[in-house]
Amino acid sequence: MKEPKRLKRMDNYRFHFRKLTSLFMFTLCGVSVLIALVPLILIFYRTVAFGFSAINWDFFTQMPKPVGESGGGLANAIVGTMILVGLGSCMSLPIGVMAGIYLAEYGNNWFGQSVRFLTDVLNGVPSIVTGVVAYTVVVLPMKHFSAYAGGVALGILMIPTITRTTEEILRTVPHSLREAALALGIPRWKTSLQIVLRTAMSGVVTGILLAVARAAGETAPLLFTALNNRFWNTSMNQPMASLTVFIYNYAVSPFDDWIAQAWAGTFVLMTLILLLSLTVRLATRNKFAGNLL
Amino acid sequence: MRDYPGTRQTFIEMDTIPENGKGIPVDHNKIVAENVSAFFGKVQAIKDIQISIPENSIVAIIGPSGCGKSTFLRSINRMHELIHGTRITGKILLDGEDVYSMDPVLIRKKIGMVFQKPNPFPTMSIFDNVAAGLRMGGTHDRKNIAEIVERSLQQAALWNEVKDSLSKSGVGLSGGQQQRLCIARALAVNPEVLLMDEPASALDPIATAKIEELLFELKKRYTIVIVTHNMQQAARVSDYTAFFYMGELIEYDVTKKIFTAPSMKQTEDYVTGRFG
Amino acid sequence: MINPGDLIFKNLTRFFAALILVLVVLMAYEMIRTSALSWNKFGFNFFIRSIWDPVQDEYGALPFIYGTLVSSLLSLIIAVPLSLGIAVFLTEVAPRWLERPVSFFVEMLAGIPSIVYGVWGFFVMVPWLRSTVEPFISKHLGFIPLFRGAPYGVGMLAAGFILSIMILPIIASISRDVLKAVPRSQTEAALALGSTRWQATRIALAYSRSGIFGAVILGLGRAIGETMAVTMVIGNRPTISASLFEPGYTMASVLANEFTEATSEMYISALVEIALTLFIITIIINSFARLLIWSVTSNERAQKA
Repeated sequence: MKEPKRLKRMDNYRFHFRKLTSLFMFTLCGVSVLIALVPLILIFYRTVAFGFSAINWDFFTQMPKPVGESGGGLANAIVGTMILVGLGSCMSLPIGVMAGIYLAEYGNNWFGQSVRFLTDVLNGVPSIVTGVVAYTVVVLPMKHFSAYAGGVALGILMIPTITRTTEEILRTVPHSLREAALALGIPRWKTSLQIVLRTAMSGVVTGILLAVARAAGETAPLLFTALNNRFWNTSMNQPMASLTVFIYNYAVSPFDDWIAQAWAGTFVLMTLILLLSLTVRLATRNKFAGNLL
Repeated sequence: MRDYPGTRQTFIEMDTIPENGKGIPVDHNKIVAENVSAFFGKVQAIKDIQISIPENSIVAIIGPSGCGKSTFLRSINRMHELIHGTRITGKILLDGEDVYSMDPVLIRKKIGMVFQKPNPFPTMSIFDNVAAGLRMGGTHDRKNIAEIVERSLQQAALWNEVKDSLSKSGVGLSGGQQQRLCIARALAVNPEVLLMDEPASALDPIATAKIEELLFELKKRYTIVIVTHNMQQAARVSDYTAFFYMGELIEYDVTKKIFTAPSMKQTEDYVTGRFG
Repeated sequence: MINPGDLIFKNLTRFFAALILVLVVLMAYEMIRTSALSWNKFGFNFFIRSIWDPVQDEYGALPFIYGTLVSSLLSLIIAVPLSLGIAVFLTEVAPRWLERPVSFFVEMLAGIPSIVYGVWGFFVMVPWLRSTVEPFISKHLGFIPLFRGAPYGVGMLAAGFILSIMILPIIASISRDVLKAVPRSQTEAALALGSTRWQATRIALAYSRSGIFGAVILGLGRAIGETMAVTMVIGNRPTISASLFEPGYTMASVLANEFTEATSEMYISALVEIALTLFIITIIINSFARLLIWSVTSNERAQKA
């Protein structure tokens, strides 16, 4: 193919331009990764820097001091978060696990599809909306704020996570295992419970841990359900303190001491969630990579 | 025909193609492979291939599954480089120039490829599919592109069937039409060589026949290397045939000879169906 | 012979699955019921009025809708190109040993609670905006209405920034998965035509555009519902302004701030109506996104068959 020299030079320019463009664009992609990692590093750094220095033994053991006084801790908040998440789990665990079992074992019909769809819907509902629902369903009739309301709000949030991971992990149990059990004469329900579920138990537990991690970090749904409580309280019928709401209240306050405690709280929260996430990661090791969102 | 002493492989230096009596003169060897070996990590896929592809001819590469024919084909236009850890030793010369010393992007313009399963770009219309290679290469002149698209579709014997629906999506066509679309797309960038990796294996007999007819026309302009597991196809279509087995080139000769009087026993066993 | 245990178990699990159905319906019902008061009084005008007066019990949600939309759109504008860049990096550029840790770090961003983003945003990002970024923009681009005004730090721009960081991992992860699923034959076809690697990547991006679009929509859904981080950096003033430097208010933020103060029935009803609006919007957005992503994955299953 003989081409005039002029065209050959044009082709040459075009070729080099294309190659340069390719290099440039891929470099930009690398730059975006760096840009994305900057906030992550900064958040970690600041949380550790400010939070760690404000942590002391008091933080975990003392109660909040009255306004204006310095010192004190957030012992009630830490316990409160545990109680609230515990309440949420009581509500969401049975529903989530059982529904997950149903979807995995019997759920290939229109009913199962609609439940799956609605679980996804529930997953996408903003957490503040679940707080509003808990408000109208629990707070209004009771005429006061309570840990129950907070527990309900958190429970609603935890259900989709538990349901989805339970179903997915149960689906990965090989069919041959079920068939072997059935062939031995074990009834289907026993197979599902004792064989399939037991095999997948670690996966189910990691799903629950994920839901717990998410619930422990939530603030919005607690703002007007469990409210907050500066005093020691373990009664479910009363407003309940939580770490997240305390962090919020302290952070927007004008007191330096409180702000320092907000950072300390942030540090504790991040550590807790990090530990939970790492546990989950180690346990599942790429089984669910990418599906957890 | 020149035999390399001590090897079972042959080079072809012939002046004309004797088979179908068309007497098209062979200027030179378009592609020459010298001692080509390919490795996937530690595993050797092909070993010491020496072959020369004459210009304007159709060379078929046959052999049982896993014998390395696709690997060799892909090493010609450097498509094997897409997989991590592959390595080529030896030389592949296109018109005397080492393919591995040039930029792969440029090589792939000169050496086009058609794949086993038709793969038109689903988000583009028929017109845009054929023009894709041109546009990516930097051609933007509309009139020029339109002319080339029409010419390529005609060369691929698809023009009459799609000329009124050029803006429709490529995936709406039948399998055979999609493959001809892919051929047109490959031809649009004006390659010198066309590599075809089992182009008709996913198609029905009628579509296959259409494509084989096409090849006879195409070889007037292009040099074609076709990998096929279908021996009858190789016999119908090609001027020369190379028989690969377990990564080595066992025999390379004029097609008629390979299928009627092969020199090597393995070749004879394969073409008579004793193993596959 | 049907084992009675089987029947009980199946129906028991079915019952709990049905509870989810009941739950969602109940949520919708409760919110509709409580917001009926406000809906009956204001009707559709609720969404186009700007007045928010708890004393007179006059409510209009326009500033909040505006705030939600603008902050979310801004976050998309920032996050989408970055996310796509990350997705392309992870699938095309990064060697295997780099891809896993980077993916992990990006997904870690998704696990950080909203309040942590809020605290960091308020104490670190906002002062940075106030002292560095906004004065810079103001000096060079201050004539554009978009950047007019004093650099408070808090405001729409801050909200857009913090939201973009929060939705980045979702869009990036899903886009990465969608890009990975592009059949090899497509990129091979492009390269065989003599394209550069970037041009082949563009073909892959075009191929996966519905999946990527779904990922973006999911990110939008998350941004719309985000509460704490936004509340702490947006300024919480129900103003509608063209400038990104001005404070604003989102639907989620007004709920977070004012629910505890809501005393009158009408006040509560108006707030619940806003919550219901959020609920419906996120349902629509998420369903649409799931549909897109589901159609992409089922397509490739059909093609492989």
